[in-house]
Amino acid sequence: MAFVEPKESFAGKVYQITIGSDKTAVFGGENALPFLTVDGNYPNKPVIAFEIQDVPPTDWPDTVRKAYENVSGDPVTWAKYCQNELNAQAIALRLVGTHPDRENRTAEDAAKTVKDVLAAINVPLIILGSNNVEKDSVVLVAAAEAAKDKNCVIGKAQEANYKTIAAAAMANNHKLIAMSELDINLSKQLNILITQMGFDKERLITDPMCSALGYGLEYTYSVMERIRLAALTQNDATMQPPILADVGMYVWKVKETQAAEADVPNWGNVEQRGITWETVTAGSLMVSGAELLIMRHPEAVKAIQKFIDELN
Amino acid sequence: MALTGVEIFKLLPKTNCKKCGHPTCLAFAMKLAQRQASLDACPDVSEDAKKVLGEASAPPVRPITLGTGDKAVKMGEETVLFRHEKKFVNPCAFAVEVKDTMSEADINKICDDVNSSEIDRVGQKLRIDAIFISNASNDAAKFEAAAKTVAAKAPAAAIILGTENAQTAEAAVKAVADRKPLLFGANDSNAEAMAGIAKANKIALGVSAKGLEALSALTEKIKGLGVEDIVMDSGAKTAKEIINNNTLIRRAAIKKNFKPLGYPVITFAQRDDVMLETLIAVACVAKYSSIVVLSSVEKWKNLALFTVRQNIYTDPQVPMQVEQKIYKIGEPTENSPLMITTNFSLTYFIVSGEVENSKVPCRLAVMDSEGLSVLTAWAAGKFTASKIAQFIKESGIENEIKHREIIIPGYVAIMSGAIEEKLPGWKVTVGPREANALPAFLKSR
Ligand code: SF4
Repeated sequence: MAFVEPKESFAGKVYQITIGSDKTAVFGGENALPFLTVDGNYPNKPVIAFEIQDVPPTDWPDTVRKAYENVSGDPVTWAKYCQNELNAQAIALRLVGTHPDRENRTAEDAAKTVKDVLAAINVPLIILGSNNVEKDSVVLVAAAEAAKDKNCVIGKAQEANYKTIAAAAMANNHKLIAMSELDINLSKQLNILITQMGFDKERLITDPMCSALGYGLEYTYSVMERIRLAALTQNDATMQPPILADVGMYVWKVKETQAAEADVPNWGNVEQRGITWETVTAGSLMVSGAELLIMRHPEAVKAIQKFIDELN
Repeated sequence: MALTGVEIFKLLPKTNCKKCGHPTCLAFAMKLAQRQASLDACPDVSEDAKKVLGEASAPPVRPITLGTGDKAVKMGEETVLFRHEKKFVNPCAFAVEVKDTMSEADINKICDDVNSSEIDRVGQKLRIDAIFISNASNDAAKFEAAAKTVAAKAPAAAIILGTENAQTAEAAVKAVADRKPLLFGANDSNAEAMAGIAKANKIALGVSAKGLEALSALTEKIKGLGVEDIVMDSGAKTAKEIINNNTLIRRAAIKKNFKPLGYPVITFAQRDDVMLETLIAVACVAKYSSIVVLSSVEKWKNLALFTVRQNIYTDPQVPMQVEQKIYKIGEPTENSPLMITTNFSLTYFIVSGEVENSKVPCRLAVMDSEGLSVLTAWAAGKFTASKIAQFIKESGIENEIKHREIIIPGYVAIMSGAIEEKLPGWKVTVGPREANALPAFLKSR
């Protein structure tokens, strides 16, 4: 029996997205499943954004907080550190301090932070709300205006608040993250609703919701894989935006990233365990379809960059 | 792909004699195609047809067992490319490399690490499954000694003997033959000798070739030499080669029923950089390797790799469930809050994670709702006031806590009156709808 390479080619293609206005980053654009270069083209490497926040990361566990010990007091210093010292391709600014249960910062405060950070960096900026649907629809509108024409990514628009956020992203020339909860049909539906408003589907990024290793990773993994299959095999345009994996936030709250070795001797060193947890979560989701990843620990990002180099 | 009913029908006697218990040969063929009947039921089928049908009905990836006893490693039998289609069958084995040039003390140390690697996670016992002994010395006596040391020191681990030298392989294989090791290292030039050893000792043979065309030719050759239990290395080293080769192998086996590549895959993930090695192993777990060879087995790395393997090999059709019980989060006292939710694992993970974040010690009553999330379970009648009341009463929690207050998820606020009715003396408090609001809710109490 002679071997014939069972290659597959697909009608569909993932949209290619460029973000940023000075230095830019490009992701998506492939017509093949993740890294399956035998089937087609995978022209752009996944992009990793370093996560920073508008308020000091008092709620981050030691391992990752220590990595930013001297810079995380204010977002501008923190952003510059990521860009200049860690060679960040992009920065993801999470405006978590605007959450009513946190510092409850105002939309004006948030807009000022966005302006200050943008003035300090030249890499692309991703602007994230606090995941409070009501507050986000005020904060992200102000943030989108403050960043007008800087070709940022605004997120996240969810079913309950997408109208105002998508309108603001559209009016100010940004890309938009649409997030729904671990269900391919919900993702599809939200993308349709947003494009029905006149939002260009080629400016969308799908976030099917991340999960950490050991805490539902397989759900995110399979939803991403199914979204990619729908985009490629069914040429389903509503599933063709690139996929985001918002890794750091989900990883650095699970037990495995914080429990002291003394309490769980079987689990080994807590620092290496935490970094590995973020690395393995990110690596798995890249293999299942994520093209844009938001991460926290510099060592985890370094490992993922080496992995990406081997994948291309 | 397996044969269709019509294709099978063409191979049957077409006499419609009914001896198989079916009204016609075609009806029987349809049952065979659906794997609901066995060919043995037809007494008149020709030898030729048996051969064709037998091959076509064999699993696309040959099942192979490595090692002995209850910790033997099962491989192969996979039926799909994507885990959402159907459960991946046999979780890949992790093997750690031992070189026969290492000191006995170093080998013992690795064996100890393997022996103590077992971790219990969500009810499953996970461990480093195998030890790969490489014949780095190319010396027969050293190889045999290392094999004996490993066999004695790691009594439960499966053994893989790695060498391309049939002369050094012979004694080592014999020394541990009762452990059903895998002999790895057959290639085009040593195929006869290596196949001879595998055959004589009734063990599986690992073969290695550069590229899939050469690999297919090699497995055919080995099969021709009388060895059917084969494990394959396609020469893939980089992450990209691993994903591409393994995908093509799995596709060829499953979609094309291409027998020469219908065997489990072994991948060598060893790297100087331990984090990169971990990521290569992740690619192997996700993309179809059956054995992943590692250079080291640190505890934190084991935990991450065991967990990713468990996640990928979970049955996508059966919602993951956690055990029904009252979980303690932090160190709750008799006055700490009591909350209730359903036993869908994701619900449990998210809720318990947020409670942990709140740093407020709590008890979380997790009720068996057949793995459904709160709203679905409520709609399906699995999370009702009377069931909750019964669970709370039978749990014995009333003896453990002083208060009589239970916090229910905001989505089922509608049940609060009914629960109070069924649980006399208890007060129901409605908590937030979404778990991420729990820290604020708990802290503000
Ligand atoms: S026993 Fe064989 S020949 Fe007779 S009906 Fe069944 S399939 Fe046909």
